Parts: sequence; C-alpha cells; structure tokens
Amino acid sequence: MNSLSLQRIRGLLRKEFLQIWRDPSALAIAFVLPAALLLLFGYGVSLDARKVDLALVVQTPSPLASSFTSQFADSPYFISHPYSSIQAAEHDMTARTVKGIVWLPSDFSRRARSRGQAPIAVIVNGVDANNARLIEGYVQQVWGTWLTAQIRHSPPLLSVQTLIRFNPSVNSRNYLVPGLIAVIMTLTGALLTALVIAREWERGTMEALIVTRVYIHEILLAKLVPYFVLGMGGMAASVALAVGLFEVPLRGSFWVLATASALFMLTALGMGLLISSFARNQFVAGQIAIIVTFLPAFILSGFVFDIHSMPDMVQFVTHIVAARYLVAILQSVFLAGDVWSVILPNGAALLVMAVIFLGLARAMARKRLD
Amino acid sequence: MWRQVFALIVKELLAVLRDQKSRMVLIGPPLIQLMIFGYAATFDLNQVPMAIYNKDHSAPSRELVARFEGAPTFHRVATLTQSQSLDALIDSRKVAMVLVIDERFTHDLLTHQSARVQVIVDGRNSNTAMLIAGYSNIILNDFSQSWGSSHGAAPIPAVLDLRARYNPTLSSQWFIVPGIVALLTQVVTLLVVGLSVARERETGTFDQLLVTPMRPIDILLGKGFPGLLIGILEASVIIGAAVGWFDIPLRGGFIALYLGLFLFVIAVTGIGLMISSLVLTQQQALLGVFLFMVPSIILSGFATPIENMPDWLQTLTAINPMRYILVIVRSVFLEGATLSTLQAQYFPMALIALFTLTAAGWLFRKRTN
Repeated sequence: MNSLSLQRIRGLLRKEFLQIWRDPSALAIAFVLPAALLLLFGYGVSLDARKVDLALVVQTPSPLASSFTSQFADSPYFISHPYSSIQAAEHDMTARTVKGIVWLPSDFSRRARSRGQAPIAVIVNGVDANNARLIEGYVQQVWGTWLTAQIRHSPPLLSVQTLIRFNPSVNSRNYLVPGLIAVIMTLTGALLTALVIAREWERGTMEALIVTRVYIHEILLAKLVPYFVLGMGGMAASVALAVGLFEVPLRGSFWVLATASALFMLTALGMGLLISSFARNQFVAGQIAIIVTFLPAFILSGFVFDIHSMPDMVQFVTHIVAARYLVAILQSVFLAGDVWSVILPNGAALLVMAVIFLGLARAMARKRLD
Repeated sequence: MWRQVFALIVKELLAVLRDQKSRMVLIGPPLIQLMIFGYAATFDLNQVPMAIYNKDHSAPSRELVARFEGAPTFHRVATLTQSQSLDALIDSRKVAMVLVIDERFTHDLLTHQSARVQVIVDGRNSNTAMLIAGYSNIILNDFSQSWGSSHGAAPIPAVLDLRARYNPTLSSQWFIVPGIVALLTQVVTLLVVGLSVARERETGTFDQLLVTPMRPIDILLGKGFPGLLIGILEASVIIGAAVGWFDIPLRGGFIALYLGLFLFVIAVTGIGLMISSLVLTQQQALLGVFLFMVPSIILSGFATPIENMPDWLQTLTAINPMRYILVIVRSVFLEGATLSTLQAQYFPMALIALFTLTAAGWLFRKRTN
C-alpha cells in the first residue's frame, strides 16, 4: 500500500476535474454562491446604523432647544424629523416610520437654565436591540458635543478620548469581508466535497473505482486535490476582491493568509470526506454538512457574532469549530497585521484539527473496504 | 376531482413523514438551529475582557475603576503598570479594551481642568467596538455627574434619559428568536416542496403521475399543500418554543400572526414548486433551495437592518417574502401589532404569493407538456 503511481493519480485527477467542470451544481456552489456572498457582504450588509429616521419633539421652541436639535441635522447618523407633540411622534414610531424619539419637554429651557440637569427623553424602538443600542450611542455622542459647546466657560470634568484600534472609521465591512473567506472555503471544502462523494457512493461509482487497480489513498488524494485547488482559488479571488474592490486593508502578509487558509482547507476537506463516508447519501450528507460545517462557520466562528458574549457552554463548543481559528487569523492579518500571538496558537489549532480530520477520514475509508 | 387531489395530498404527506430521513430533516435540524441561533447569535456584550492602566493612584480614580469592574458588561483580566504591555494585550486579543487613566487625573478633577481618560478599543470587530465605546461613555458620564454633584460643580444643563420601547433590556434574543420562526419556516417549507417533485422524477414515478387523469394543476395542488401544512406546523412548534423555552413575550394576537405566516408559506411554497419544476434530481433541488435561501436570508433584515443597505439593494429586498414576515413576526411578538398596522406587510406578500404560484403553474405545465 505504499506505492503511489503518478500515472494513475493523473488519470483520476483528470476525471475529477472533468466531473466538477461538467456539473452545473458543483460550479454553482464553487463559484456562484461565493461570488454572491462576497458581493452581498461587500456592498449590502452593514451593521453600522446610518441615516436613522429620528423624531425630534420640541414642545416649547427656544434658542437653547434649537441649539440642541441643530446638532442632529449636522450628524451623518440621523435624518431628523421635527415634531411639536409627543403623541404624533409616538404614533409614527408605532407605524415604524421613525426609529427613535428625542423629546425635549415643555419646561426644558427653563429647567436647563435654572437648576440644570433638565431631562431629555430618548426613546428608541428596541425590537432590533443591536441597532437600538447603536442609535443610543450616536445620540450620546451628539449630546456630548452639544454639552461641550454649552459649557465652554467651565470645562467638562472629564475629557474622554476613544481610540478604535485597527478600524478607526468603524466600518463593519472591514471585519465582515475577511471573515467571509472562512465561510466560502467551508462551502467548497466541506459542503461540496461531502455532496459529490456521497453521490459516488449513492450511484455505486465509488465501488466501481475501488475494484480497479488503484489504492484507496490514491483515490482519496485524487478527491482532495481538485477541491483543495478550488478552495484556494476561491480564497485568492476573495482576497483580491476584498482588497481591490471593497478596499479592506490587508496589513499582514498574503503568505500567512495562504498558509492558514491551506490548513483550514485541509480540515474542511477532512470533514467533507468524513461526512460523506458516514452519510453515503446526498440528501443526508447535505443536511449534515450544513448543520455541522456551514452554520457553525457562520454563527459560532466569531465571523458576525462575538464569541466572548456567548454563554459559557456555547463558547466551549466553539473550540471544536475549525472556522473559529481561521476567522481569528483572518481578522487580525487583514486589520492588524502579522500578529504572531494570534497567528501561532490559532494556526497550531488548525494544524491539529487538519491532522485529526484527515486521519479520521483515512481510517474510515479503509474500514469501509474491509 | 377533489378526491384525487386529496388522495395525492395524503400520499405526499405519507411520503414525507414515513421516510425516516425526511422526518429527521423536519425535526432534528430545525431544533438544533433554534438552539444555536437562540443562544449564540447575540450582539449583547457580556463580560468583555478589559485591562486597566491607572497611572493615578488616588480615591477618585479608584472609584472610576470600581465602576468599570462592577459593570456586568466588563470583566477586568489585567492591570497594567507600564504602557509597553498595552499593545501586546490588545494585539493578541487578550483584552478588547484598555482604560487608561492619566497620572494627573485627580489633580485635574480637583482643579477643574478636564481630567483625561483614554478608552482604547480593539476595532477588529467594529460592531463590538462601537458598543464597548457606548457602554464606556455611559459609565464615564455617570461618574462625572455624580462626582460633579457631590463636589459642588455647576450642574450640566441637560441629561439624557434613555428608554427602549418594546424591549426594555435590549436583549438580542428577543430580536433573533422571533426571526428564527420565519427562518425555519422558510427552510422547512422549501425543502419539503422543493424536493417533492425531484424525488418522483429521480425514481421515475413522476411519469406514472402524469398518465393519471389528473391535470397538472391538480398535481401542483397535491404537491404544494403538504408543504403549506408542514410549514405552518413547524412555525407553530417554534412559536411554542419561543414563548415556552426562551420566554419571549407574545403581545399581539394569533390572527395577525397566522395570517402573515399563511401568506408567507404560500409564497414560499410557490418558490419551492418553481425550483421543483426546474430541476431533475434531488441534489439539484437541494442546491437550488440553498442558492435561493442564502441571499434571501441575508437580504431579509434577519441579522442586519435593511435600512443600512444601499438604496438599490433595498429596492431589491421588496421581492423577498422573508422581509415582510420578519416585520410581522417581530412586531406581533414584541410590539403587539394588529392587523391594521401590518397591512403594508400583508399586501406585498399576497402579491408575491400570487406571482410565485402562477409562475410555478406555468413552469410546471411547460415542463410536463
């Protein structure tokens, strides 16, 4: 079982490449879906609230009140709509035409000038909790700016300087697009591989291959190489689009990215092989691949949702999600540079996972033939 | 004729429910997804690891530090004594934020010279960074107000009183879990309907169905109805879990909710039938479902607001039925919305349903003739 015949492998490789090329559904998963995902995340999806429709209720107009409300007109975060009664504003919030209300009650100017600490009510629609919190944060910024201008004669007690490292413009695209590469590689590495090999088992062509004079490790190798090439090609294309089209900074080196992605790709391929040899049926293989590889890459990897904020039990589970380690490396290499204290431990974890999954897939394949 | 359609519906339901694999797809994965999303998909900040670099060592700065340590949002994991280690801590992601208090903090506070505080945040996840900055500001404002009022500083003219309507604690779970009702209803309905015709094509029984006296439209009805039924059932189970397990308040009425779900499932059934009539094998059907589902979820407002998308993309979301059902489910759950406030959602969804069913019927006839 030690001999590898280049000729046999070349023949098998040719077959695999032709099979991918001629199957429209494989091409759809390998090219169409990744491209759609990149474009959607690059152009469409954003967590940063911009141009929020905000109701400004001023019950008794005064110079002080308008000095406050005019701050909102200058803010890029809001589109302000003036109201004179809180009922009308509440009505529009129920109808979802405004997302939040800033309400200066009728005694606002009088209280502000006499005793101070006049309350300004900020009411946000809390259904989208994340968005609501961001809107509250923006209102606080506006209020802070106004306050500093108001009490110019006596400086504020605190001067707070907030520095956002690595992404000073706080653009959510800069962190979503790099993480997306892990999702795209999961699609080709695990989902596509699992589906295609399950189809061979289903149709019996796998058995047909096995009875020929090729060794099992040659078959596995010939299965791995084309999808590895597809996945790495997808990675390179994604990096090119991210940097060229979406202007995400790439502060680290491409070779670190490529090495980490290659390790991840091997893990994903191992999972794909393993799933297909368990399931042996396209439908089940597809379902399992979505549940154990695609969804975790989306939800449990830190790609969109921060792992620190998850319940302890869920955080524990994320340790067996390979995408987690790649996402950590991707976000750091793109935005922060070659931070070895992030790259080395996560790269080591990827290496361990790649060895485990490929080893398991190899062992399963041998067992099935006995 | 209706008896034939009814018989086909019964046969379809049996085909789905008797097959162990299909049954598993309807029960296991949706529940796993509900749990994963319900617990993991959160934007709430909890126990954010932070470091404190307090260069001033007196009572006021220690009080400020205590406020950060006492907040459930933050968790102090390191105390710095020199600035060199600051970068390494942030770079390696050991902490997401460092609070730096200037060495003249107390002196400046007492002499009214704006005591300096720095909040340094890891921006690799920009959303978390914004939220951390927001929370820190709240704590710092509270500190400065209470210190000012106890030390006779002139009161500031106005303060903010923040309130959130419908979701007072701003819990992400209240936003995500009702969204999952819509998400899983779509997944299950699409899978059941999308695969039904393909399965018969693959096994060759579809031709047998065609030679029966049933018209294509009858076959379409027989194929579509089980999806409708299973979709509504799946939605009901998840609504039950949302209320019973996740304790999400259901403030509106069932009629408003189920009218929305009904229209939504019809629209999705139409899409499933379209996919079903275009494909030849189950694998193609599965991929077709997947290819439709991923963009439809991303462009629905499920996780990221539609208002943040560029205008042309917002226009495109108008044809996505999931966009409307998400508004309906979330507002019935949290806002207690009624039939009349949701009209603007029902109407486009009914139009989409009409269109997808008609298109499915047309495609179906074309492929069977």
